[in-house]
Amino acid sequence: MTTLLLFDKIDEPGLYTRAVYERRGGYSALRKAVGMPPAAVIQEISDSGLRGRGGAGFRMGQKASFLPKGDMPKYLTCNADESEPGTFKDREIMQKCPHMLIEGIIIACYGAAINTAFIYIRGEYVLQGDMLEGAIAEAYEAGYLGENILGTGHHLELVLHRGAGAYICGEETGLLDSLEGKRGNPRLKPPFPAVQGLYQGPTLINNVETLATVPAIINMGGKDYAQIGTATSTGTKLVSVSGDVQRPGNYEIELGTPSREIIYDLAGGPPGGHEIKLWFPGGSSSPVLTKDDLDLPYDFDTMAKAGSMLGSGAIIVVDETHRVLDVAIKLAKFYAHESCGKCVPCREGTNWTVKMLRRIESGEATPMDLDLMASVQTLIIGNCLCVLGDAMAMPIGSIVEKFRPELEAEIEAARERAGTGPLTDELAVGVTDSVF
Amino acid sequence: MSATRPPRQPQQTLGAERPTTFAGVAIFADGIKPTPVPRYQHGSRVPGWDDAVDLTKPPATIPDPATTPVPESLRTAIEAAMAKYPDRRSAAIPALHLAQQHHGWCSPEAIVQVACVMRLTPAYLTSVASFYDMFSLRPKPPHDVYVCTNITCSLLGGDEIHERMVELVHDHPDLNVCSFECLGACDIGPMASVDGEYVGPLNLEDCEQIAADLEAGRPVLEHKQLRFRRCADPRSHGDEGQL
Repeated sequence: MTTLLLFDKIDEPGLYTRAVYERRGGYSALRKAVGMPPAAVIQEISDSGLRGRGGAGFRMGQKASFLPKGDMPKYLTCNADESEPGTFKDREIMQKCPHMLIEGIIIACYGAAINTAFIYIRGEYVLQGDMLEGAIAEAYEAGYLGENILGTGHHLELVLHRGAGAYICGEETGLLDSLEGKRGNPRLKPPFPAVQGLYQGPTLINNVETLATVPAIINMGGKDYAQIGTATSTGTKLVSVSGDVQRPGNYEIELGTPSREIIYDLAGGPPGGHEIKLWFPGGSSSPVLTKDDLDLPYDFDTMAKAGSMLGSGAIIVVDETHRVLDVAIKLAKFYAHESCGKCVPCREGTNWTVKMLRRIESGEATPMDLDLMASVQTLIIGNCLCVLGDAMAMPIGSIVEKFRPELEAEIEAARERAGTGPLTDELAVGVTDSVF
Repeated sequence: MSATRPPRQPQQTLGAERPTTFAGVAIFADGIKPTPVPRYQHGSRVPGWDDAVDLTKPPATIPDPATTPVPESLRTAIEAAMAKYPDRRSAAIPALHLAQQHHGWCSPEAIVQVACVMRLTPAYLTSVASFYDMFSLRPKPPHDVYVCTNITCSLLGGDEIHERMVELVHDHPDLNVCSFECLGACDIGPMASVDGEYVGPLNLEDCEQIAADLEAGRPVLEHKQLRFRRCADPRSHGDEGQL
């Protein structure tokens, strides 16, 4: 059975207050950390092999070690703009155990010599923001925040910043622009935020779950934490299972657990005994997998090897009762709406993908459009400042690749409905050669 | 094209009567009507893109505090927000939230007041406000019902909930129903955020309840609120009671 590190009795009444959190051993990791030299704290995090839980899976210890040494103002930004469709794990942490996140932030700031930290929470999370605000006030009262924390001479200001509804602000540089009071447009990288980020200062950006794991790592020691999970994906992970399952919700699993166990044993599988048609292993941005991939262990490297990604750990299950075309249109519409418009491949690519998918629905498409759509996706990937465009291109590309027969049948059925005429050989094969 | 291609049927995308268009405006036989097909849902032609601009006026500068009355409570709140950040400009979003709460929407008056306190131009703040979904640059009813119609919720019927909700509150002066992108509560899908309170899983009957609760000023759908929901993972339950 998995040891629960983050979700251990998280439903305990009043855990959001400092009194209950401390009774449960809260802030003991902070006391332990301030007894160590700052470099040793970062070393523990590096030893743990903790990989970022927000989507990219970058090692937190390594990221922290990129921060330049010296006296310049440095910042920590906690990314709580959880807006990847399907993801809702950070919400549960912030609502039920906000002090765990705050403790993680204080330890990380102590280790990296940071004196100003921000939590960028999405504006829609009103309740969670209120919980955090209350918890931050309590932490100031207890002397965990502010001047001279626990007699170490380290000082830290923690500010809660509420966003206003934009998916792109979950992208790290978009988030920084938004935090500086601008439109949330992503920036060109490099320079990476660790070198030049918020207010041009070195900035460490981490996801809520990553930072909330830090107290557990300090408590049990980095090397012991690395024993959990697989060699390259250490520790436990919160997975948000949603869609066509009987018990949707957040589950804490050890990385490397078979995907079938998560979807069927924990979340109950699709209702009515239906078969799974496709599933997104890491939020709606990840390339889709099918029921043949259910036995893969759920960790960063296996998912990457299977052509997808673990992303934010959000599993969306779609069963056989749904049309793959509807899923694709929803996806593409979302990214077209949320594209900030800065880079042409993403702004135009997302919009044209929506139009091409709608053409299938209205009976104006031919199978040639599927090739065109696939080629648009390959032109988006890697050609923009941030990965929002890729986030649409990867799943749409994989849907076109894996469900081509179904989409072709949709095209034919829609042409019949709309009276645009049956597909002749010429239309079906198209004039592909002369166009490309 | 060879002769094997079947004759193309007229498409029915524009309704029975097909208008001629001039400069993007559809002209029907009986006059000018808005194009019935939702076009340009995104990009430069979102509503308001063609709002008249008076080019004879000089561009608006930072408003003069002496001639711009700002409600005292709003001024204090914005100043407190600015004091939290190393750079006052960072408070743009919190300040716009405050102004929207005060005025009901980000009206030109609200924008000018924020600009006056923050020492920024109204144009800058308008550019920020127009970027984010939660700011409204048009008058809007006071109560917001955001119905999630993103992927998980729509698999579970979120679109029908949205349609029903729109039908129910049709032209209601106090309720602002809109479809919203993923609100981060797929476990209670299909769900909605009613004035910031997450409720779900919803069925079609709940829509009436939401409207009734809002009218009566009661807490909305209390038994379905996210704040009282326990974690799905039974292993993580505390030993006693509800949160």
